[in-house]
Amino acid sequence: MEPIRKHQGLVYPLNRANIDTDQIIPKQFLKRISRKGFGQFVFYNWRFDSKGKLREDFSLNQPKYDGASILVAGENFGCGSSREHAPWALEDYGFRVIIAPSFADIFFNNCTKNGILPVKLPEDKVQTLIDNAEADTYHLTVDLESKKVFDNQGFETTFDIDDYKREMLLNGWDEIAVTLNYENHIATFEANQT
Amino acid sequence: MRKPKTIIEKIWDRHMVHQEEGKPDLMYIDLHLVHEVTSPQAFEGLRINNRKVRRPDLTFATMDHNVPTIHRNVIKDEVSKTQMETLKDNCEEFDVPLADIHHPDQGIVHVIGPELGLTQPGKTIVCGDSHTSTHGAFGALAFGIGTSEVEHVLATQTVWQAKPKTMNVKVNGTLGTGVTAKDLILAIIGKFGVKFGTGHIIEYTGEAIRNLPMEGRMTICNMSIEAGARAGLISPDDTTVEFLRGKRYVPEGEAFERAAEDWKSLATDDGAIYDEVLEINADEIEPQVSWGTNPSMCIPVSANVPTIDDAKDDNERNDIERALEYMGLEGGEPISSVEIEHVFIGSCTNSRLADLRKASSIIKGQKVHPNVRAMVVPGSHSVKTAAEEEGIDQIFKDAGFEWRAAGCSMCLAMNDDVVPEGERCASTSNRNFEGRQGTGARTHLVSPEMAAAAAIKGHFVDVRHLSVPTPS
Ligand code: SF4
Repeated sequence: MEPIRKHQGLVYPLNRANIDTDQIIPKQFLKRISRKGFGQFVFYNWRFDSKGKLREDFSLNQPKYDGASILVAGENFGCGSSREHAPWALEDYGFRVIIAPSFADIFFNNCTKNGILPVKLPEDKVQTLIDNAEADTYHLTVDLESKKVFDNQGFETTFDIDDYKREMLLNGWDEIAVTLNYENHIATFEANQT
Repeated sequence: MRKPKTIIEKIWDRHMVHQEEGKPDLMYIDLHLVHEVTSPQAFEGLRINNRKVRRPDLTFATMDHNVPTIHRNVIKDEVSKTQMETLKDNCEEFDVPLADIHHPDQGIVHVIGPELGLTQPGKTIVCGDSHTSTHGAFGALAFGIGTSEVEHVLATQTVWQAKPKTMNVKVNGTLGTGVTAKDLILAIIGKFGVKFGTGHIIEYTGEAIRNLPMEGRMTICNMSIEAGARAGLISPDDTTVEFLRGKRYVPEGEAFERAAEDWKSLATDDGAIYDEVLEINADEIEPQVSWGTNPSMCIPVSANVPTIDDAKDDNERNDIERALEYMGLEGGEPISSVEIEHVFIGSCTNSRLADLRKASSIIKGQKVHPNVRAMVVPGSHSVKTAAEEEGIDQIFKDAGFEWRAAGCSMCLAMNDDVVPEGERCASTSNRNFEGRQGTGARTHLVSPEMAAAAAIKGHFVDVRHLSVPTPS
């Protein structure tokens, strides 16, 4: 996967809690057998009406968010189905960082395996970012090395992420290759099973 | 004396392949279940990197998510067909056992695992599906993974897992007549919310849980993910052992008795400490109906749909407002007055033989309301055949239900079983998310008994007070 160290980008605010993966990528698009090309379907039922026309009342369709690469949303982002198509769709659409007060476990994990950096920030900080991005064109920098999020107007905060996931993202490692270095341990474990 | 341990810690310790400072633990996986939707990219990854499936003997595949439930011989949907054929090709190439659409073992992955006895206490079980938590009913540590992890498990038979926190959800008292495991888990999520389990593995304990048969325990554990939990489980006991006796993949004779002893020894020790404990009283729980767009938005069948004035804060106000709008409800009306157009009895939450038996006992001699289209989708081919041997299919068909072949079907509507836009469905599945059963479809989660009652009346009714006029 693509390593991610320091990312600067336009912020798209989605002020909703409990956004489930059925919303991020509806099931009718899960039948493809490759990892690519899901971006066009992201938030499909919110972005398009039943005739497949863009819905102007959905914020992501506003020109001011064209090219956004940082998504900021409400708590429990990515709950529900384990479908990795959700991070694939977000990544393919152009998002590299997602900021929220909390994430569903499986989704969080899936992001880190696809070069998307999920950042947990306290609710009031997230709200500030959402307000800023709703008011105006708003850019943020997210630095995984120093674990900082900041803008050029004086906002700065740090975030936590476990070291292992951080290493993976920073280096864009193939986790299977990493695990295969532990082949001895796995073989020993298997040999000890009765 | 040894420090008392929870079943979670016991299983964890048994499966630790490697532990190292600054890393999650490397855990061995005993059973990997695979289905057509979340696996193609994983097998493709293996091929690209020239890797093999490490333990095909610990891997089992089936087709469930997008299979049609009628006219199975000609798959009309080309994209679904490709996905099914891809799974077949992958299983052949990598030597993975497969119950394909025509196989007698075919069914929803979380229904067939227990049915075949592949699911056993103490195992670590994963599947590219969030409802893998279902298998926890047997005292297994079972959790959903994404496709990258599916590939990882195929290649290494392990996962990297940070040790989650433990939580005890203790259910005191007894469930009243007509109140089911589904009502209990909905009430738990309704009370504590959709993320109380995040970062935790839940163990369900208490009198009401002990009294549940395995089917009910599966319904409970199934919906742990709807509380955000990594997994949910129940310590094994005699009920667990008796369910598994004689199943195809469990040991036989002496070996079974030895296994049973070992399984029971996994149960949480007296005095073991959890990171968190929640309690709820089963006696107070009524049959539940969900009114909104996540599973915590549920109320007793005797209650009224909430209004925005019931909100505690602005965020909740927004949530209620959005949900009411999507669901086409006013707020304030009795949930029992809400009319439905569809009934779906099925899904990995409630499609086992016991569920169908209970629903059919309500349906017997009745007719589906003329405004309602009702459908039963058994969880597996063998549930279907067993039900047919008992004549349960006939009860449903006589009442006007459609009787289908096994699969996920209208739970996520990836096949043709879809609820049309703006229409309302009483569903025994686990998710009432926007668009889950079809774009614009409105889902109300209920127990099989409540779904059956709603099918007859055309609106929600308390199954405990169901009086049906004798047909003239
Ligand atoms: S029945 Fe529904 S919840 Fe269960 S595995 Fe199938 S799609 Fe998922």
